[in-house]
Amino acid sequence: MNWLSDFVRPKIKKTTPKEIADDLWLKCPGCGELLFSKELKKTWYVCPKCGYHLRLYLDKRLKLLFDGTYTEFDLPEIKEDPLKFKDTKRYVDRLKAYRKSTGNQDAIKVARGNIGGIKCVVAALDFAFMGGSMGMAVGEGIVKAAEYAVKNKLPLITVANSGGARMQEGILSLMQMARTTSAVNMVKENGLPFISIMADPTTGGVSASFAMLGDIHIAEKGCLIGFAGPRVIEQTIREKLPEGFQRAEYLREHGMVDVVVTRSEMKPTLVKILSILTHRKVDSEHMKSEPLKSKNTK
Amino acid sequence: MSENQPAVLDFEKKINEIEEKIKMLNALAKDSDMNIDKELNRLQQKLEKQIKMSYANLTPWQRVQIARHPERPQCLDYVNGLIEDFVPLCGDRLFADDATMIGGIGFFKGISVVVLGQEKGKDLETRVKYNFGMAKPEGYRKAQRLMSLADKFNMPVICFVDTDGAYPGIESEARGQAEAIASSIQKCLQLKVPLISVIIGMGGSGGAIAIAAANRVLMLENSIYSVISPEGCASILWRSSDKAKEAAEALKLTAQDLKSFNVIDEIIPEPEGGAHRDSVATIEKVGDCIYKHLQELLPLSREELKKQRNTKFLEMGRNLNIEA
Repeated sequence: MNWLSDFVRPKIKKTTPKEIADDLWLKCPGCGELLFSKELKKTWYVCPKCGYHLRLYLDKRLKLLFDGTYTEFDLPEIKEDPLKFKDTKRYVDRLKAYRKSTGNQDAIKVARGNIGGIKCVVAALDFAFMGGSMGMAVGEGIVKAAEYAVKNKLPLITVANSGGARMQEGILSLMQMARTTSAVNMVKENGLPFISIMADPTTGGVSASFAMLGDIHIAEKGCLIGFAGPRVIEQTIREKLPEGFQRAEYLREHGMVDVVVTRSEMKPTLVKILSILTHRKVDSEHMKSEPLKSKNTK
Repeated sequence: MSENQPAVLDFEKKINEIEEKIKMLNALAKDSDMNIDKELNRLQQKLEKQIKMSYANLTPWQRVQIARHPERPQCLDYVNGLIEDFVPLCGDRLFADDATMIGGIGFFKGISVVVLGQEKGKDLETRVKYNFGMAKPEGYRKAQRLMSLADKFNMPVICFVDTDGAYPGIESEARGQAEAIASSIQKCLQLKVPLISVIIGMGGSGGAIAIAAANRVLMLENSIYSVISPEGCASILWRSSDKAKEAAEALKLTAQDLKSFNVIDEIIPEPEGGAHRDSVATIEKVGDCIYKHLQELLPLSREELKKQRNTKFLEMGRNLNIEA
């Protein structure tokens, strides 16, 4: 073998823990092309060859949505590992490992700032942290975001990016479905916009709670959205699933999402919707998107 | 899964042996003049002792088995036992009627109510009819429709939860299972009438909480309520469904665990030897417990009922908070 396979191979990664280094090669899950990380960062992790949307690192997601600077919320500490859960590994050890690899406390960040000049609260999940799973920390994040939105009369935007409930927190993770639903209800009942963005993947307890209750649903191109994961369905019905099943476009066809956008269209679409719902015509400058600017640099 | 589970659980074998002996003895006595009273009496006492012993320290896995017992009373048993003049209602008005999701109106101890719940079925034929207790989106939309009805006519809602989970299949996804469950939870939280949910057997994940975001959540002593089935959890985290026993321990899914987390409001004791040994007594106890809670909720105003329910769930995680 040559130097490339020897040297580069071990560094190929599917997900994006923290912001990855500049000098890595990643394999595009769409076309199999080897992509240089420095270039991928410029295209916001969209494959320049086939347009496949790789998963976006959480801070990058927030940067994509906000105009410029944004303020992150300190989330209240929650009781950690209430079940003293242990499978092949202790849950507290798993938490430690993910905190180290992502640099984040849990699978959520809540931030406020301007989007198209409109003040908003954003609660975004992070698939890189235990599959974005929703336990008490994520639930508390959504609740805090909703409470802040109501108190300050701001639109709420959630970004779902999660496999579902966090098994390691047992019934308490299931209860987050009711908690987050109650939270977003609060926003909606106060006449404030609640926009749900779905990224790859949005399944299980997250799709079956707050993520599916938006006034408007925006899904990122090609992302997996569903209640049961494809593997569970295949095991139940014992047949292969059709092409495109449970993808964003399928969900739109079946009436479950309003708009499917590419990553570069995400922000302008969001701004347009926000400006219409808040009755404020927004400067067209904001309709342009960051990714478009850097997309030509191949 | 439940459909494969034998009627005699492994830890109940000794009980079953004595029960068989008593049966034999009774049959024998029928055909002869033998006086068996003394022996029968002895066996009865032995049986009671054995039941007490076997049921004294149940493991979580044993409770899972009891919760899935095929002879355990199911939703329709409670409806028949507790609801007078029951009128079953059908359909979500959008697509279909989901047989799994039982729904209807009737009188509960003289009070007009809406009843909802999943029926699992008791033999092959009924299990197929009720899709093994796994509701589809139309089931959860039917639930929403009937909850709206309850709200309009100011009727309390009683839910009997018994499902391994919502049905995972192509048609479920095509019709938006996630949205159906999410909206059903939302509907529960918007109601301005008393909502009481009883976990009577299996409280399986999203399919259960869809009709259990209630003012009061009651749980039978040997029922379970969990974010995932022990088998599912084992196959994901242990990579082997044989570890279901371990998963059942780790998940803390028994009524006793849930009460300690304040996730449920009350545990309803089952008759000695489990609900499947005495359906009539179980149903009566469940009815009494629902009635007690209903009496506490009925004086609340419509707004208070909604607020109590939402506050309860919003506070749920915070009960365990360490202040930052």
